[in-house]
Amino acid sequence: MTERPTTDDVVVDLRGVSKVFEGRGQKAARVEALSGIDLSVRRGEFISLIGPSGCGKSTLLRIVGDLIGVSDGTVMVNGKLAREARLAREYGMVFQAPVLFDWRTVQRNVELPLEIIGRPKEEREARAREMLALVELGDFAGHHPWQLSGGMQQRAAIARALALDPAILLMDEPFGALDEMTRERMNLELLRIWERTATTVIFVTHSIPEAVFLSTRVVVMSARPGRITKIVPVDLPHHRDVETREMERYFELVTEVRESLRGSEGEAVDLRRVAAEGLSA
Amino acid sequence: MSVVAVPAPSSGVTVASTLRGWLLPLGIFVGFLVVWDILVRFLGLPQFILPAPSRIAEAWVAYLPELWASTTYTLVEIIAGLIIGSCAGILMGAVTARWVGLRESLLPFAVAVNSIPIIAFAPLLNNWFGLDSQLSKAMVAAVLCFFPVMINTARGLLHVDPAALEMLRSGAASEAQVFRMVRVPSALPFLFTALKVATTLATIGAIIGEYFGAPSLSIGQYIVRYAAFLNLERSWAAIVFACSIGIGLYMLVVAVERLVMPWHSSFRVGEA
Amino acid sequence: MSARRRLRPALGFLLIVALILVAWEVAKLLAGDPWRYEDILGGPAFYWDPPLRWKPVNDLNLPHLWTIFGAFWELDAKGETYVSSLVGAAWFTMRESLLGFFMGAGIGLGLAIVLIHVKVLERGLVPLLVASQTVPIIAIAPVVVVGLRAGWFGVAIVATYLTFFPVTIAAIRGMRAADPRAFELMRSYAAGRRTVLRKLRLPASPPYLFTAFKIAATASVVGAIVGEFPAGIRDGLGGALLQAMQYYSFSPQDLWAAIAACAGVGIIAFLLVVAAERLALRNYRQIEDQAT
Repeated sequence: MTERPTTDDVVVDLRGVSKVFEGRGQKAARVEALSGIDLSVRRGEFISLIGPSGCGKSTLLRIVGDLIGVSDGTVMVNGKLAREARLAREYGMVFQAPVLFDWRTVQRNVELPLEIIGRPKEEREARAREMLALVELGDFAGHHPWQLSGGMQQRAAIARALALDPAILLMDEPFGALDEMTRERMNLELLRIWERTATTVIFVTHSIPEAVFLSTRVVVMSARPGRITKIVPVDLPHHRDVETREMERYFELVTEVRESLRGSEGEAVDLRRVAAEGLSA
Repeated sequence: MSVVAVPAPSSGVTVASTLRGWLLPLGIFVGFLVVWDILVRFLGLPQFILPAPSRIAEAWVAYLPELWASTTYTLVEIIAGLIIGSCAGILMGAVTARWVGLRESLLPFAVAVNSIPIIAFAPLLNNWFGLDSQLSKAMVAAVLCFFPVMINTARGLLHVDPAALEMLRSGAASEAQVFRMVRVPSALPFLFTALKVATTLATIGAIIGEYFGAPSLSIGQYIVRYAAFLNLERSWAAIVFACSIGIGLYMLVVAVERLVMPWHSSFRVGEA
Repeated sequence: MSARRRLRPALGFLLIVALILVAWEVAKLLAGDPWRYEDILGGPAFYWDPPLRWKPVNDLNLPHLWTIFGAFWELDAKGETYVSSLVGAAWFTMRESLLGFFMGAGIGLGLAIVLIHVKVLERGLVPLLVASQTVPIIAIAPVVVVGLRAGWFGVAIVATYLTFFPVTIAAIRGMRAADPRAFELMRSYAAGRRTVLRKLRLPASPPYLFTAFKIAATASVVGAIVGEFPAGIRDGLGGALLQAMQYYSFSPQDLWAAIAACAGVGIIAFLLVVAAERLALRNYRQIEDQAT
């Protein structure tokens, strides 16, 4: 389904994107992860990618982030090629695991991107403290990641992702490892942060309620090969809170998304692992 | 590590792929030998530690009978030591796994013994069992093997997936059944890791034990005597035999491991 | 861990040592050579004839504990106590091992960094490194020392060699050990190879390095002793062992004392590494047991 707004505040523009993973070794199969993806994301939107395992949503996220290349099609981020956007550090990424460095304190973890671009010490520290205050971890700046709970670690990861004030936030099932109650709380916090920073967010999730609750639009995908089945605009009020989850319109939207997902299951292939393996060697 | 049935490796490690992986390293090794040979033999570079490989090969061929006799003499010590040390290690490992209190007290002891140069006991063992006895060197080898095997056996027996234990208990399995069905298979990878280390240690132990006193037709004495005479080619020819023993025994353990544990993940595509 | 829990293994250890010492003398009581002690005036003060005779626990093979203890305080021709000459020998050997250890650790780490970044070299050399661990390198020590003709420095070279193999392999593992997503993270920040090395790979490696350091420390000490011994370097522990061996029939307790000195050096080296590890890894999460 194509939507092509002609205004130039399109932040992410995907046209005809496909991705094929060639098989490694004699028996590993050739996997067609994505096929013919067209998607435009406007500034300030909160987009969720949802679909069954193996539908390529994490792959798509990584393509936007230039962590994987495309086999076909174009990816424009902020008017540039994805690679240039990455080199210009225009996005922040949050993974399913916090991926914080054990040997650094929480504050120094948040400072990491600022170190990489070479900012002076006082500026780094000030910015890190500002971000930690935003995610309400100010009191834990001097702790080490393994001293914090899972939810707190993810908040630190979000603070780090926001450290360079990125135009886009890419999030790969960041709350997947948390329990339901923590997850709902984190959803509220994330929305609050989003309202304050007005970042554009692309969010991958398995959870239908989460997708509907957080997003302005929900992109439903199907597997084998990965395709966009339907895009569901979420017309819930802009400011959402606990009561939103009890609104009738919310349930209608959840049902709509669920029905689009039905019949779009596919075989599970861990594309994330296939892709990431290329980078760690 | 899960004890649940695991599918067979897909794009697997075949003999062919292992051999292919060795082409480059072997090439580098052979290349190094050739270069060194030219440097020492034809360009007259003083041999530092390693004489010209071609001369080592000549010595190897010329003195083959006595080298071979020495090798078999030492091999007996190594294998005996390996068997004694491993059996004792497995037994004590099982005992300490069963009685955890014993394990906690023995652990610092094991650590201390591991840091002691056991080798220093070689002269003593020689005096107890006799300089000419193969048993003294076998005992040095055995003592070196014992602790790694014991520690790893205990660790392996205890390193069981708690979920698997619960599953068996819910089926009212006895301790003996738990031992057989879960602990032993779980311990095997650890045991084989230890055995691989043990082969090297046993070889080292026997040879060094011989340095402290042994009949002249043993690998250790052969190495040291000709080194002392500065007849390094013959010394190195013996060292080649010593290395071959080490590598040969190691590969034997690997072969047994593959036979006993074909399912293990370390045989799938992965790193060294 | 509470203080009491930490104390239990230590107490257990001491208990086992005490048991061994008691068993030692009990065995000699039952089956050793006769115990014969004279008082100050030279008359017989104490005599005990054990009921059995068993060669392994006679006075030559298993001297009395107090005889061994006394050996430390024997004076030699120069009026120096045995313990002080052993300490001198131990220090001599320790210096060789320390030098070798630090050189080996430096070379190992440097080589690992190169290998991680140059794939061709890695594919060619790592299998050789791994295979070399099956080779009894320590056994070759004497040949190396003799061949180098550099005396104690040759021994340090042996220790270097013994250290750099395990350190290289551990460093490569450690520098690869981080979560693949951490590498993705660094890539998302367009971090260059040097930055990734400094900020991710190197900090991730200490836990692995220290495992290798423990092995290397012990190997360096053993390699040093073994290297000195046949090469006839008299000043170190190898020389002390050699000398004690030569006089074994006269005073077997000297050999035991020399062995105790070797044990001491080994334990000290190990404890030094453990202390350094505690310090270096205090910011790291404790990783659980792996089959190393």
